[in-house]
Amino acid sequence: MKRLAMNGDQAVALSWKQIDPDVVSSYPITPQTIIVETYADYVANGEVGTEYICSESEHSSMSMCIGASAAGARAATATASAGLAYMWEMLYIAASMRLPVVMTVANRALSGPINIHCDHSDAMGARDSGWMQIYAENVQEAYDNSIMSFRIAEDMGVRLPIMNCLDGFIVTHAIESLAPLEDEVVKKFVGDFKPIHPLLDVKSPHSFGPFDMPEYYYEHKYAQQMAMKNALDVVRKVSEEYAEISGRKYDLLECYRCEDADYVAIALGSTAGTMKQVVDDLRAEGHKVGSVKLRLFRPFPFQDVAKVLNGKKGVAVMDRAISFGAAGPLFADVRSAMFDNEARSPSFNYIYGLGGRDVGVEDLKKVFFDMENGNAETVNYLGVKL
Amino acid sequence: MSTAEDVIMKPGTARQYHTGSWRSRRPEVDKDKCINCLFCWMFCPDNSILVEGGEMKGIKYTHCKGCGICAHQCPKDAIVMVEEGEQ
Amino acid sequence: MSEKPVRLTEGHRLCAGCAEPIVAKQVMLATDKPVVVANATGCFEVSTSGFPQSAWEVPWIHTAFATTSATISGVESAYRALKRKGKVQEDIRFLAFGGDGATYDIGLQSLSGAIERGHHFMYVCLNNEAYMNTGIQRSSATQLGASTTTCPSGTCIAGKREIPKDLTKIIAAHKLPYAAQASPHNWKDLIAKAAKGFEANGPAFLNVVTPCPRGWRYDSPNTIEMAKLSVETGMWPLYEYENGKWSLTGETKRIAEGKMERRPLQDWLKAQGRFKHLLDPQWKSVVDEIQENVDAGWDELLRLTKQ
Repeated sequence: MKRLAMNGDQAVALSWKQIDPDVVSSYPITPQTIIVETYADYVANGEVGTEYICSESEHSSMSMCIGASAAGARAATATASAGLAYMWEMLYIAASMRLPVVMTVANRALSGPINIHCDHSDAMGARDSGWMQIYAENVQEAYDNSIMSFRIAEDMGVRLPIMNCLDGFIVTHAIESLAPLEDEVVKKFVGDFKPIHPLLDVKSPHSFGPFDMPEYYYEHKYAQQMAMKNALDVVRKVSEEYAEISGRKYDLLECYRCEDADYVAIALGSTAGTMKQVVDDLRAEGHKVGSVKLRLFRPFPFQDVAKVLNGKKGVAVMDRAISFGAAGPLFADVRSAMFDNEARSPSFNYIYGLGGRDVGVEDLKKVFFDMENGNAETVNYLGVKL
Repeated sequence: MSTAEDVIMKPGTARQYHTGSWRSRRPEVDKDKCINCLFCWMFCPDNSILVEGGEMKGIKYTHCKGCGICAHQCPKDAIVMVEEGEQ
Repeated sequence: MSEKPVRLTEGHRLCAGCAEPIVAKQVMLATDKPVVVANATGCFEVSTSGFPQSAWEVPWIHTAFATTSATISGVESAYRALKRKGKVQEDIRFLAFGGDGATYDIGLQSLSGAIERGHHFMYVCLNNEAYMNTGIQRSSATQLGASTTTCPSGTCIAGKREIPKDLTKIIAAHKLPYAAQASPHNWKDLIAKAAKGFEANGPAFLNVVTPCPRGWRYDSPNTIEMAKLSVETGMWPLYEYENGKWSLTGETKRIAEGKMERRPLQDWLKAQGRFKHLLDPQWKSVVDEIQENVDAGWDELLRLTKQ
């Protein structure tokens, strides 16, 4: 297939078109609306066989995906920010019911004040929900991750829902060059949906969504946690298979010139892309720096992160969200991973880009300069106007 | 090892719990008065009226909670509630 | 009917004399087609699905409190998609159960959405006029003057101060194919209505008075009697809205035609502990207001059914 000029939202819609999920529930919210609008065009033109439901709210949107998935159908949806927050209780329910719903989240700041631009507070707010979270650096990754999401979620050793995260506006709206796969290749890779005791199998009725007394609840949660653990290898395996059909290699994280770096910055999403330019610029001036793009945030790959950051002179953890009263959510997990390293490195949190506050190459250089000059605090607020 | 299936329940397993243990009164049927209208069956909340071939055959005492609706609704007073333990 | 396979088994933990399983049984007798059920959080859900024991012999799903209609929308949509793709062959009916809390209040949005979109399902509201599972709190279905734990009768206030929401009319305003009010005492009427609902060419709504011995404070043997009383006093009229046309049914129809007398409100109030305080002359104005509201509802129905 020839290259296409597309934004991240369109790329996700294209991936769905090639997969043709049985049910898609839709509700508008910036900056994911283009996904559901583009997909609606495919539906209107008979290019997909999906049952497309215009939901009356995100809380209902997620409930529809849960109902459809339990019924035995492949279900997908997309949301952002307040929409994700509105469906918060349902996220936990989807995960507890072990339904492999796939949802693209266009990462956008949570209200208030209301802000439609990029930050990670929405997905971070749901990090305990039992959903897997995978982050895309650019439009190509948004497309690739979207396709892989279905395989990862539906794996019989996993059966958990997954959030395919794209930076709001930055990845969702910026037009980039996309190398799509052929329709047949995608279809074959994703395969047929295999339901477990579906509701529509009326000859073999089962009951979903039980009431658990304390005698049973913990084991059900433990099973979810074990499934998350299995997911680490499944993400690796699916990514390897994807490399065979696409030529693009993905892992749980990507190390950019970090093997021999003294100072490393780790980030999620598009900022990890900007970081590569920062690293190249500083390396050209003789600074021994590198960056890590974390692709899989949930389950958190503690071992992989600890290994790649072992023995560094300093690690900067970039957080496009904040846990008020504490620090950045990524910082908490990264620091925890690093704690058991023999050569445990000093780590510094950089809160940046909240509510879409732009952060460019020059701004990010400061992060490395801070570490080199011993000016980095434990928690730093990059770009705030004081 | 728990799997994705484990949180999904098999059908009809509630039968294993004998709600008959809840009773403090139980229904006694006088079959001579019964006209097999099956109102008792229609109004029983616990599937505890035994019916076969359109005939009221008795009470499922393993599950009957002793609510007394059957006795109250019987148009022929063919069912009376007696204290558990009494004859 | 007694030969039909049991869809809701014995062994559930609902109170002795609870009307909910009676209503559910009657509804599910109304079709021989396979049925998939979605259930809101509440007494009915909790008591029939305590892990690992389910009282359900049909496919059943509970997700959350507000989400029954959205959930069944998803199930029904999956059915359409999979039937079209040839992956499902059976002709299946979709049924939703929710209490008045789940239906009148927290789930109203999703119910409205599901009906507006035209999904083929029937929603049955098990209306016991309060949030019973959490211990008898008021909902917007609670009767004016009723005492609940969040609108208790005290020395200054005589229970609920608002008239109940007329949800059946709100649902009918969606111009869906079928909506009705029913009572388990008149099982012939209820089953006939449920049968129409199951075969409606689109969404159907059945609002059923579902007496609760614990919440209404009467003795358990009187459940069916209490349902009958609600209809005979005009508190819970039996009627249908079918393809735009309104008609009265059962005892309500006979009362409107003059074939039987409407029973006095006092019979209703003195039969239940939740209205006991209203027998005090101090609260005469509340009783009058209840009567006014019942009469107004009655007049409105007569107007609608004459058209």
